[in-house]
Amino acid sequence: MTKTLIQNARLIDTEANALREGSVLIEAGRIAQIFEDTHPAGVSADEMIDAGGKHLAPGIVDIGVKIGEPGERHKESYGTAGQAAAAGGVTTIVTRPDTNPCIDTPESLEFIRRRANEAAPVNVLPMAALTKGREGREMTEIGFLMDAGAVAFTDCTHVVADSKVMNRAMVYAKSLDALVIGHPQDPALSKGAAATSGKFASLRGLPAVSPMAERMGLDRDIALVEMTGVRYHADIITTARALPALERAKANGFDVTAGTTMHHLTLNEMDVADYRTFFKVTPPLRSEDDRNAIVAAIRDGLIDMIGSYHTPQDEESKRLPFEEAASGAVGLETMLPVLLRLYHSGELDLTTLFRALSLNPAKRLGLDCGRLSEGAPADLVLFDADKPIILDRFKLQSKSKNTPFDGARLQGKVLGTWVGGTRVYQA
Amino acid sequence: MRFDHRHLLGIDPLRPDEITTILDLAEHYVTFNRSRQKHANALAGLTQINMFFENSTRTQASFELAGKRLGADVMNMAMQASSIKKGETLIDTAMTLNAMHPDLLVVRHPHSGAVDLLAQKVNCAVLNAGDGRHEHPTQALLDALTIRRAKGRLHRLNIAICGDIAHSRVARSNILLLHKMENRIRLVGPPTLMPAGIEAFGTEVYHDMEEGLKDVDVVMMLRLQKERMDGGFIPSEREYYHRYGLDAAKLSHAKPDAIVMHPGPMNRGVEIDGTIADDINRSVIQDQVEMGVAVRMAAMDLLARNLRANPKDIMA
Repeated sequence: MTKTLIQNARLIDTEANALREGSVLIEAGRIAQIFEDTHPAGVSADEMIDAGGKHLAPGIVDIGVKIGEPGERHKESYGTAGQAAAAGGVTTIVTRPDTNPCIDTPESLEFIRRRANEAAPVNVLPMAALTKGREGREMTEIGFLMDAGAVAFTDCTHVVADSKVMNRAMVYAKSLDALVIGHPQDPALSKGAAATSGKFASLRGLPAVSPMAERMGLDRDIALVEMTGVRYHADIITTARALPALERAKANGFDVTAGTTMHHLTLNEMDVADYRTFFKVTPPLRSEDDRNAIVAAIRDGLIDMIGSYHTPQDEESKRLPFEEAASGAVGLETMLPVLLRLYHSGELDLTTLFRALSLNPAKRLGLDCGRLSEGAPADLVLFDADKPIILDRFKLQSKSKNTPFDGARLQGKVLGTWVGGTRVYQA
Repeated sequence: MRFDHRHLLGIDPLRPDEITTILDLAEHYVTFNRSRQKHANALAGLTQINMFFENSTRTQASFELAGKRLGADVMNMAMQASSIKKGETLIDTAMTLNAMHPDLLVVRHPHSGAVDLLAQKVNCAVLNAGDGRHEHPTQALLDALTIRRAKGRLHRLNIAICGDIAHSRVARSNILLLHKMENRIRLVGPPTLMPAGIEAFGTEVYHDMEEGLKDVDVVMMLRLQKERMDGGFIPSEREYYHRYGLDAAKLSHAKPDAIVMHPGPMNRGVEIDGTIADDINRSVIQDQVEMGVAVRMAAMDLLARNLRANPKDIMA
């Protein structure tokens, strides 16, 4: 049985919400012991790693990752996504079902689970579609899909427009205690939109959606949660106007959580500038006021978690006029250094950041990871929070290189990643 | 006189003095075009390709004539009928054309920003002949020249832009240009045809046409873009005409010497009354067409001078 001791680290304790110096002993894939000493005496281990005072955190649990299998393997495979995740400190990928064909049967789910186990060095947990073909008409075999390992049910950006269908799916999901993930948007308002309505979109002449569409979508979903009592997670909240509804839902004791994306926390609509399609994401980037409100909501814990919403796209689908260009950005590998911008700017502290990246998503999915505690799985990331880097998109592990942060000056570098006690990445 | 641009992609990148430079040179070409001997050599030896991904008759004809009068070899490509139908991307089309060494590329495209994208990939000068709802710079320049000639100045005027602002690239370029030249701009139209965030444009917004036209020097009508509307922006054409169509009664609220403009093609009886459009004392619509050729000659002349002076330079 190999033992690994990572000593002289700054430990990000997400459960205690504290930052302290210490060492971690890994044994049998789990965190065996945590020491308050930076160099604990009398501990024998097969491997001793000196962290040099850098930060050690529970690995990131990234809900909402798109992988090109099946259908678009030229954009991303489980192998490349897994490498990217390891290099980015993401130890658990929770995959989206919006592939081609989508993951809406136990058979397709089993296929991707097998692919993931073969190819990815990190944990992969699949989500399944809520309705067949993500068409919003009939619910999927939620029970069978859960048996096959689906951790949540979502149609991703295809909003189930028919409230009756959504209601039935939620009632059924509730009976199985399944987690339903909604995309809060009014689909009629947001149809065809490539930007957020306002001065910027109007000057650029881009079809745009009002930020109110997000609140309308969230209001509807919360009303359905009230009717059905289902466990519900709003995947991406990006506007200030949606926050009071979320706050009320939580205050009323509904089982509701919410997330946002790395891009909406660090970029705003002006970054699109002269139609830069790598900045086209769904929902579109918002105003700076909205960005600030979302950062504050992460700080207050109103929004529970942050994801990369990793969406690989090839060059061809991005080298088009903005309206026609594909939406989405890769983020598995860039998420941590990008989000550390918020730490360096004083907007978020490290424990808050890792609660949103690791602890909260793990808890929501009922996983044991996401914490630096004795007995927890040894899913860990060691990183230098201060190291300056210039991001070069062609050096990313992902097959697709569509990051809006190409050439960005960032501070923060992943030094090592462990999954179940096994080192899967070393800088 | 300075005009340091490789392309003419929009009004946004232009300084007021550069706008004046174009208009002054266009003035010269107005006189030139009225002479019997209207052939010059400013573009001699250069190849001009007109790429229209969207239907156009007047703008394309105007660019073609402008190029020919200045001695360019002009080629028209109707892109709807061409390889775009076969699935070729915009950039591939651009690269293919680029390999034929054109000097001036005139592009119209239904998507905002498409002309900017294309300009990044080619070595020649690119002129934006309209991209989506974004910009239509030569239209704004010809409107400016028309106003300057009719009013004797291009500053401190009250100008009402009326109608379908939301779908109009003509409105955007005109707002930008008229702002740079220090005019007061009013936007008049139903709220459903106003772009979001319009308050931030530095314009006054009116939903009542008579109020909006009160004491203005210039009434600029826009075409109701039926082809860009998928449903329900206005209740009906007849109600639109009743409330926002320009007729003698509404025009009587403007200054007595106010001019009436329209970028064409007109929907008579929808946004403008036929008799107003034809009133030679008020309407300058035919002048706009004439100025169009002159302004396009001026713009291509200036870009060609830069091309010849700095063949390798990448200018803004």
